Amino acid sequence: MSRKRISLRQELPLLVWLVFVWGALWQDFSPGNLLFGALIAVLVARVLYLPPVELGGRFNVLRAVPFALGFIGKVAVASFQVLYLALARGPNVISAIVAVPLRSHSDLLVTATGHVISLIPGSLVVEVDRSTSTLYIHAINVRNVQDAAKLRKEVRDTEAGLIRIMGTKEELSALTQEVAA
Amino acid sequence: MNPDTMIDAVSAVFMVTGALMSLGAALGLLRFPDLMSRMHAATKPQVLGLFLLLAAVGLQLRTWWVWPVLVLAWLFQLLTVPVSAHMVGRAGYRTKHLHPELLSSDELEAVVQQAAAKRGPDEDGRSA
Repeated sequence: MSRKRISLRQELPLLVWLVFVWGALWQDFSPGNLLFGALIAVLVARVLYLPPVELGGRFNVLRAVPFALGFIGKVAVASFQVLYLALARGPNVISAIVAVPLRSHSDLLVTATGHVISLIPGSLVVEVDRSTSTLYIHAINVRNVQDAAKLRKEVRDTEAGLIRIMGTKEELSALTQEVAA
Repeated sequence: MNPDTMIDAVSAVFMVTGALMSLGAALGLLRFPDLMSRMHAATKPQVLGLFLLLAAVGLQLRTWWVWPVLVLAWLFQLLTVPVSAHMVGRAGYRTKHLHPELLSSDELEAVVQQAAAKRGPDEDGRSA
């Protein structure tokens, strides 16, 4: 088995997450329980080995909080829009499948963007082309080219937000150059 | 107004709105024409609906230790919903469970056909 050794630093987010899950499930965050949870987390990560997720090496909390709040806001607005569409348009609703090329080629960012877009009601990732990092998105109530352009811009804005939170330094500088241009 | 009635009022609003999201999902399933537009109604309102209902549970139980479990439940929902929606949508697209006349544009069709032509007829049209 070709198993790449991964550094503790790379593994740390996973371990912290596993300890959090352990504590949350026991509803007990006392030091003893957390220590035992950490032991189990290390054991699980060693025995049930998965290829490590390649993180960008940075995480900006100041950007993440407004992004999360904006995300919940968007989900709320879009939920009611879909409800309205179900009532008002129903069987006559017009959708479209739109190709959206993304900037980033990192698996993590493509996945995160796809997740965020899928979670907002009204859009759904149908297909991913990993080689060109293009998302094919089925979106409801996209009636013309303007709507499609709006959707494309929204997806790329979401990706930009995610790059600002956890993209690599290279992706971030490419983004700032693009915005400045 | 004392804080208890405030919390009760907020959780009441959350619960009713959360239940409304379930109603919306049911209505969408009935009203929308094809698989993928139904997916929008069936999977997505639950993201908000579950969030509101879990928040109402957290407000009513009034212990801090329950919040991490609720956050966990919601996060796992956030992680799994798009995957299942994507798998069903992808399978639905490939088995042509959609009405092309209700699509204003389909930018995937040409790509799929190109890939199928390149691979030849003996393989299925799966792309990487």
